[in-house]
Amino acid sequence: MNPPSVLALRQVTKSFGPVEVLHGVTLDLRAGEVLALIGENGAGKSTTMKILSGIEAPSAGKIVLDGQEVTFESLHEAEEAGIVMIHQEFNLAEQLTVEQNIFLGRELRKGWLLDKARMRRLTRDYLARIDCHIDPGTLVSKLSNSDKQMVEIAKALSRDARVLIMDEPTAVLTGAETRILFDQVRALKASGTAILFTSHKLGEVAEIADTVTVLRDGTLVHDGPAQEITEDEMATAMVGRDVSDLFPDKPAASANREVMLRVEGLSVPGHASDISFELHRGEILGVAGLIGSGRTEAMEGLCGLRPATSARVEINGTPVRIARPGDALAHGLCYLTEDRKLRGLLLNKGMRENLTLQALHKYGRLLIDTAAEERALDQAIAEFDVRAGTRNVRVGNLSGGNQQKLLLAKVMQSDPVILIVDEPTRGIDIGTKQQIYAFLSKLAAEGHGIIVISSEMQEVIGLADRVLVMRSGRLAGTLTGDQITEDTIVRHAMGVGAGSMERVG
Amino acid sequence: MTSETTAARPRWALPSMSVLGPVIALVVLVVIGTMLNSNFLSAANITNVLARSAFIGIIAVGMTFVITAGGLDLSVGSMAAFIAGLMILVMNAALPSLGVGVPIILLGMAVALLAGIIAGLINGFLITTLGIEAFIVTLGTMGIYRSLVTWMADGGTLSLDFGLRTFYRPVYFDGIFGISWPIIVFALAVIVGEILMSRARFGRHCAATGSNEHVAHYSNVNVNRTRLYTYAMLGLLVGVATIMYVPRLGSASASTGVLWELEAIAAVIIGGTILKGGFGRVWGTVIGVLILSMIDNILNLTDLVSPYLNGAIQGVIIILAVILQREAKAKS
Repeated sequence: MNPPSVLALRQVTKSFGPVEVLHGVTLDLRAGEVLALIGENGAGKSTTMKILSGIEAPSAGKIVLDGQEVTFESLHEAEEAGIVMIHQEFNLAEQLTVEQNIFLGRELRKGWLLDKARMRRLTRDYLARIDCHIDPGTLVSKLSNSDKQMVEIAKALSRDARVLIMDEPTAVLTGAETRILFDQVRALKASGTAILFTSHKLGEVAEIADTVTVLRDGTLVHDGPAQEITEDEMATAMVGRDVSDLFPDKPAASANREVMLRVEGLSVPGHASDISFELHRGEILGVAGLIGSGRTEAMEGLCGLRPATSARVEINGTPVRIARPGDALAHGLCYLTEDRKLRGLLLNKGMRENLTLQALHKYGRLLIDTAAEERALDQAIAEFDVRAGTRNVRVGNLSGGNQQKLLLAKVMQSDPVILIVDEPTRGIDIGTKQQIYAFLSKLAAEGHGIIVISSEMQEVIGLADRVLVMRSGRLAGTLTGDQITEDTIVRHAMGVGAGSMERVG
Repeated sequence: MTSETTAARPRWALPSMSVLGPVIALVVLVVIGTMLNSNFLSAANITNVLARSAFIGIIAVGMTFVITAGGLDLSVGSMAAFIAGLMILVMNAALPSLGVGVPIILLGMAVALLAGIIAGLINGFLITTLGIEAFIVTLGTMGIYRSLVTWMADGGTLSLDFGLRTFYRPVYFDGIFGISWPIIVFALAVIVGEILMSRARFGRHCAATGSNEHVAHYSNVNVNRTRLYTYAMLGLLVGVATIMYVPRLGSASASTGVLWELEAIAAVIIGGTILKGGFGRVWGTVIGVLILSMIDNILNLTDLVSPYLNGAIQGVIIILAVILQREAKAKS
């Protein structure tokens, strides 16, 4: 009794340069059905969604709309066909009002002039339907993330979407807001909209989805009714391998080794407050927590990258004052950013300039010794296995994995003693992940102190000797040994199970 | 270094148009100039073109750094006029006590350099520390300096004392080995600038800042200080240019240095520096300056096109240069 599919992919393949990221994906979005697309980061979910919504063209394979093969030249053509995508990073004009955003590009007119009264009425109408009580005249820049999400949904409603694609819509929503969203999703479903959504929260998937489709490393590994798959089976299908062989063996407990870094009462205004922890020699300390819990900001504050205060910071027993990034580097404390494209690398420069930028003082006092730079690049390419087509390639043209390796090489140019890596494997392939894990583990074995911030639970569990869990800008707990499980991390991160709070291992 | 560059030849084949473009344009202009007027290649004319290029050229070297680091400075023309006025006032005022001689000239020069650095630091401070758009800040200071020099001259012209002017004249008109001082100073500024841009840490930091200031910040580049230095350096070079300019006419008025800022910016862009920042080359700027002044010179030497159309031709060249840049970028 399958209803006919509204929008479908048939054997769709997508390559970026020489790297194929989707391998022959086939899926069907049916009217009145919710399809949950799940998979690890980098499994190809985003690419699939981009192809469905006309942002990217497939390299091979077909897009089928109402039984007809179509090609979307642009996002706009897909929208014309009733396919609306809600991005994880919001697609709203911050300086316009809610109402102006909802009707952006399709403003209603009365003769020559805008029909503001009608647009306002309709906006109120759409917002009321999703139980959202913001004023249509509010500037979007003044809204919270969850309200922005609601505006995006109202915008989709206003376009009479036949196919609605939502990229992790609940990531920024609270529990109550998620309920409202799901009520709206059910209403849309009842009215015959085909819906695709992605989520990392498998409980939500089990609750709302009719069909569950699992991607792993660009291949579709499971596709079937939601009733027939348990959350456990979903997780197994997503990971698809024994996680233990991905990570190097953890060394024996290192808790009684000397303290390399002691932080007391670290606060970053607006993001984190009163964070205290210790890092031992040879230890990998994991930092977990939801996105927005202040993990990144706290560590950036510690490294002098943003304004922060602290009661006391000691490195190897000596109190230090870190006011700017240079101070942190001088003490051997180095931070590798989570955002390699916007904060890590100069995308329109070559590898050599990028590699040495942070440690340029090593390459000559007044004039730069480019020959020494080239030698350093040779060494970095060999050590980190950076695979670039040509040596003078613009860094923006490297694959994500190679960019990440170059970024790691760049950070290592500063000879850090303590290395803080933020999302070290975001959006890169599994092979490179393994190389990076091995590298971090080797550094720790050599006596460095490593802090790994990650949203990927498996990464934290697989790498870290101890785990700090952050929630809403505070330290929700420190986990050691057997406590480091997905369950305990999630409970601390979400603030459930108050009994386990503040248990410092 | 050399082996890598040779290995990378194929990748350099495409951007070479943006490298060759300005050079070819300059060569074409020289050929046209020679064909139209036999005096074009005479030593006197070449010296004349170079000496007149020197003021804009010296300023444009500084402008290259400002633009490469992602900034802009519209105030340099007014700043030059203001500094010229200030120099003349100070030197005239010091004349009774110091008399005509080297000390008073040195005093004037010191005033010019100091005023330039301070003016540049003010621009840089407002842009970096207070975080106001470079365009707005320098639009503001452009108006301020222009108005100040008009006020100092009381709407007329500030003239250097006649005796002083005679003594100071050689700084513009004389030189060594037949090369006049402005050309020598220009050449020095270019050489130092080129080394600073392409071989020194400062140049690398400017390019990183202009390319992506967040990446620069995360890479331990002090973004604000780098930008501040570019404005201070530009101010200093405006001071240097003014030192060379004052002996030429011995006066300053509200119309001194009008549109210099646009000529300097145009020269930088024609030379291949990217207006949005992130990449700059000083030698390109030199070619840009020469192209602009050669057009002017050719129009003055021949009666083919009215010299009044100079601005129009320069405008076309600027737009063409940017189109060429974009083509080269799209291909690579």
